[in-house]
Amino acid sequence: MTNPTLAAGAVERHLRARRDTGRGLLMPYITGGITPGWTDYLRAFAAAGADAIEVGLPFSDPTLDGVTIQQASQAALARGASTRGILADLSGLPDLGVPLVASTYYNLVLHDGPAAFCAALRRAGVDGLIVPDLPVHEADELTDVAAAAGIEPALLASPATPQPRLAEISDRSRGFVYAVSLMGTTGERAALAASAAQLTERIRRVTDRPILLGFGISTPEQAREARRHADGVVVGAAVMRRVLDGAGPDDLRVFLTTLRQALDQE
Amino acid sequence: MRNVLPWREPVQLDGTMGEPLARGRFGEYGGRYAPESLVEACREVDEAFREAWADPGFRGALARLLAVHAGRPTPLTPALRLSQALGVRLYLKREDLTHTGSHKINNVLGQALLATRMGRRRLIAETGAGQHGVATATAAALLGLEATVFMGERDIERQALNVFRMRMLGAEVVPVTSGSRTLKDATSEAMRHWVGATGDSHYCIGSVVGPDPYPWMVREFQRVIGEEARAQCAAELRAGVPDHVVACVGGGSNAAGTFAGFADTQARLVGVEAEGGAGAARGRLGVLHGCRSLFLQDGDGQITEAHSVAAGLDYPGVGPEHAHLRDLGRARYVTVTDEEALAAAVRLARTEGIVPALESAHALAWVIRAAGDGDLPAGSTVLMTLSGRGDKDVSTFKELL
Ligand SMILES: Cc1ncc(COP(=O)(O)O)c(C=O)c1O
Repeated sequence: MTNPTLAAGAVERHLRARRDTGRGLLMPYITGGITPGWTDYLRAFAAAGADAIEVGLPFSDPTLDGVTIQQASQAALARGASTRGILADLSGLPDLGVPLVASTYYNLVLHDGPAAFCAALRRAGVDGLIVPDLPVHEADELTDVAAAAGIEPALLASPATPQPRLAEISDRSRGFVYAVSLMGTTGERAALAASAAQLTERIRRVTDRPILLGFGISTPEQAREARRHADGVVVGAAVMRRVLDGAGPDDLRVFLTTLRQALDQE
Repeated sequence: MRNVLPWREPVQLDGTMGEPLARGRFGEYGGRYAPESLVEACREVDEAFREAWADPGFRGALARLLAVHAGRPTPLTPALRLSQALGVRLYLKREDLTHTGSHKINNVLGQALLATRMGRRRLIAETGAGQHGVATATAAALLGLEATVFMGERDIERQALNVFRMRMLGAEVVPVTSGSRTLKDATSEAMRHWVGATGDSHYCIGSVVGPDPYPWMVREFQRVIGEEARAQCAAELRAGVPDHVVACVGGGSNAAGTFAGFADTQARLVGVEAEGGAGAARGRLGVLHGCRSLFLQDGDGQITEAHSVAAGLDYPGVGPEHAHLRDLGRARYVTVTDEEALAAAVRLARTEGIVPALESAHALAWVIRAAGDGDLPAGSTVLMTLSGRGDKDVSTFKELL
């Protein structure tokens, strides 16, 4: 394998550097525009030891999200949140010391065109992008312009993905590989799915890029278990349920600190 | 608002609306924009469909089901009194006379047979007007499969009769409470559900939408409408082919099936959309529910809610092949209002003794208007697909007439 770190962008360099110190990676998710002072959550996440932060740009029809993130998206849109507004909020922020990764559905990327979209992300200080309804075989239109704009599009891998396709996904993914732990939508689950371990093991065979495991990870115990297989975790619905229930940035800092500790123990 | 795009000379499509291009494309539309967890399931459907469609055994079994269970072929009925009043010669392709009362049964029998061949035990479906749900419940009962149908809460209210029919047939009807609580949200919910059920379930999409191979596969299963109509027109009309071929467009399956029989002729193809759900006439490029096509959107790229008195046309987009036919100028897409559709339904009831589905009444409303304003020249022949019967809509008729 050629040295992948040479070509890596900011997200991947950052995640690799932290992983290489033995640290379990934590990427919490927040729906952009969910509350008036929503960027305070980002500061709290960074303070709690996040290694990257995923910022959801809400879409009217989130087809891969369970009820919690659907509700969060609807609530944000009902408040008047828009891609433009969220990116404007982000550009006003001081450097948090961790990369920001936007996530949204492909319709919003296509709206002004992938090149303009990536340029806007870049201007707002975003480094990475996750598009759950853009699988690797449709991604060409985005990947080239993203590279030119300095945006790293991370691709998703699923338990149903056959091995050769997994190799292609891992190869074409930038920043990290997003391993979807189970066959299902986002949302809290009682236990980490058995498919999570198998999938991460299959991805490891084909890449040395950081692997973040997401979907269903909601408790410190699950984070600890996930860490045994992957380089880190993405935590979305467990964060957003608390936000929807009225928890403020300090409450989320406390919650994420418990996940941070669980990852550090493993 | 009226849509008055000028006619372009029809481009002849070689073949009759054939296979999509590489990666499921119709021009720049189509594709498989599915979450990675569904990509393998789509590939399996694609492989199974290609194999089945090339297998005379499968074709024969489907043709037999369509004949002995669904009641095909459906007749071509000249609308005599209405034709006289309008000054055109209008023929109705009577999908309302199929078992379960709409063209949806053609596609569902095909997909249910395919699901059985793939070893699936359960069908998942979304439904707006309830006709696709009823068809799915019917085919599931016939073939010994289970059926789970997602339906928006608002549609559950206005299509109560169909909800009851589905339940009587043994299907589970799951109310969808998100978003506009109509077809768009039922489709999202069915896709979300499919992600967790790919092992034992087949997602039976009800129109020419969704990820590749659905738009193509559903059109092929609906092609029977156009092929029968083509043969019937050949026997019935002096020119052999009608001047105009008209069908209503929700996602566009009855229109695609009808057009497929006439794509290689000089007939002018007209798709009629609801004023409030005009994906082809007023949508812009986007990706939703697995395909790249035309969708109604706001200035931020959010999908906007469609509004139509006909639940089956309450979808903010249109199938990718229609977007392509529009770009080519091979088909023209026009809109009619709720009021025009209601008036057209009454007119058909009074002149021909046929109560059409509100969806189909949209196609008729355009014919009536176009005959009046010269868009349909006097004496021209018109084939119109009557996609379904109006029984399901009686409570809407009672309320609004
Ligand atoms: C009677 C009838 N016609 C038309 C439609 C619209 O669907 P499509 O455009 O796929 O034919 C429906 C959908 O529910 C329907 O029930």
